[in-house]
Amino acid sequence: MDIVVCVRRVPQTQEVDLEINPQNNDVRKDMLAYVINEWDNYAIEEAVVLKEKLEGNVIAITVGDEDDEEVLRRCLAMGADKAIRIDPGDRVLDPYVISRILAAVIKGLSYDLILTGVQADDLNDGAVPTMLAEHLGLPHATVVNSLEPGEGEATVRVELEGGMDEVSKIKLPALLSIQTGINEPRYVSIMGIRKAAKKELNVMELGALGLSEDELTPLTTVEEIYFPPETEGAEIIEGDPGTVAEAILKILKEKGVSK
Amino acid sequence: MGEIFVVVEHRQGEVREITHQMLWKANDLCEKHAHTLTAVLIGGKDEPFINDIAERADKVIAVEDDGLKDFNGDLYKEILYRLMQENHPLVLMIGHTPWGMDFGPALSVKTGFPIATDCVDILLENGRPKVIRQIYTGKIFSKVSMKESDGYLVTMRSGAFPADKVGDRKGEVIKKEMPADLPEAAKQFVAFEEAGAGAVDITQADLLVSIGRGVGEQDNVAVMQEFSEIIGGVLSCSRPVVDKNWLPKYHQVGTSGKSVKPKVYLAFGISGAFQHVAGITGAGCVIAVNKDKKAPIFRVADYGVVDDLFKIVEALKEKCSA
Repeated sequence: MDIVVCVRRVPQTQEVDLEINPQNNDVRKDMLAYVINEWDNYAIEEAVVLKEKLEGNVIAITVGDEDDEEVLRRCLAMGADKAIRIDPGDRVLDPYVISRILAAVIKGLSYDLILTGVQADDLNDGAVPTMLAEHLGLPHATVVNSLEPGEGEATVRVELEGGMDEVSKIKLPALLSIQTGINEPRYVSIMGIRKAAKKELNVMELGALGLSEDELTPLTTVEEIYFPPETEGAEIIEGDPGTVAEAILKILKEKGVSK
Repeated sequence: MGEIFVVVEHRQGEVREITHQMLWKANDLCEKHAHTLTAVLIGGKDEPFINDIAERADKVIAVEDDGLKDFNGDLYKEILYRLMQENHPLVLMIGHTPWGMDFGPALSVKTGFPIATDCVDILLENGRPKVIRQIYTGKIFSKVSMKESDGYLVTMRSGAFPADKVGDRKGEVIKKEMPADLPEAAKQFVAFEEAGAGAVDITQADLLVSIGRGVGEQDNVAVMQEFSEIIGGVLSCSRPVVDKNWLPKYHQVGTSGKSVKPKVYLAFGISGAFQHVAGITGAGCVIAVNKDKKAPIFRVADYGVVDDLFKIVEALKEKCSA
């Protein structure tokens, strides 16, 4: 089973004070640490697990600059056979443009499955997966939390709201967007990344893909970004842990839930 | 005067709340801009909620077929594509749900109309929609415009609007048969399956001790389990804890887990992603403990503590056993 996995590097923004950039259309990125997008980590793990079971090739792809190769090396260390980075240069990217770039590269590859994460942790569009599927004319399922390939088709479980799953059968080749929790992504050591350095990592320039200006024009533009409007928010309980604990116990008592 | 289409999401014979929320917002837009509100219901024959929808729309286009009782993204995409070609709505509103995320972006490519996803608000400026989105785990809002087009697609986040019935409408219901020339769907529905019930029912607890990513490591889950017993509560959690297999799914609070309504919800190390917050709207009182003073949970909590959760837990344990 040959599998293509689309991955992305995203900034970590939890427990970080964000600043808005001078253009007012994104946060300042220079101080942020980057990681593999959490959903993509599950997607690459799923691909590697399937490969170990059924044989075949796993190719990891990202659209990004040289720094983004870090996530591809990580994928190679996890068990991907090959990686491709498409350098977008100065192009402004949105889900549509990214999906066009990915489609242009993937159409030349051999695959039974394309896996992506459900969404990226930074901008949470969740739009690339089925845009990409539509460009390639592929069946698709999103928010997949279980996957069992069979003859020419796969049984997939889609996670719905309220603790309900939807089971369906989908024809292969297909594109599936993978939900977190579908597996337990393996640990990647520095040694593992070093060992995988020998594996093939190709860099492609955008110009080589033959995309039209229309295909490289974003459908959406961020006009401005801002911090959430001030709300009343929580009443902050100040003090040392002992004082805070007393205050919490007092609230529990008032609400009638103290033991 | 344009038309605003709202795609009715329903499951097992019941309309989903996201549909009512979208109809609420669509009503707001239609009143402000004199547009027509059309609900598009793709479903089985005579779905029981059709009148409820009609009372919230100027028109209901019901595409009915036994084969459309259960959701099928391929068929939704094809049917909506045709309806958009025939009717030229200005905006098509879709729920940002697992189903909407499936057919929405694909439909955007098929129609050539731009899409903005996971929107928490939409406004019309000079006849063109602009949307508000929340990015970077809810710490930043962004205002997004779309490339000029004859039509626009938006997917709306659950819980962004009230679900109340507003306006005084009695929409005409126009029934249509499923187009005969649809391509065969590449995906076939098999079944709905409930994620398993468990040893505890977090929906019945008066006091929930809820843990998130901030517990750090698996061993700490046992510490929090013990603490929840000491303080007389039931242990629940946010998604990352279940994803890591530290607790079974039936402990999970949020859109893909359970909605809970305790008298007090103690949130330890939970950042407050909207999927989680949506599950605690019924809580009487939310007390959040988190190291990150900018964590979105503090925007919805009644009380907040900015500190290391384990220091607070240790202090609480001491006071409880004193």
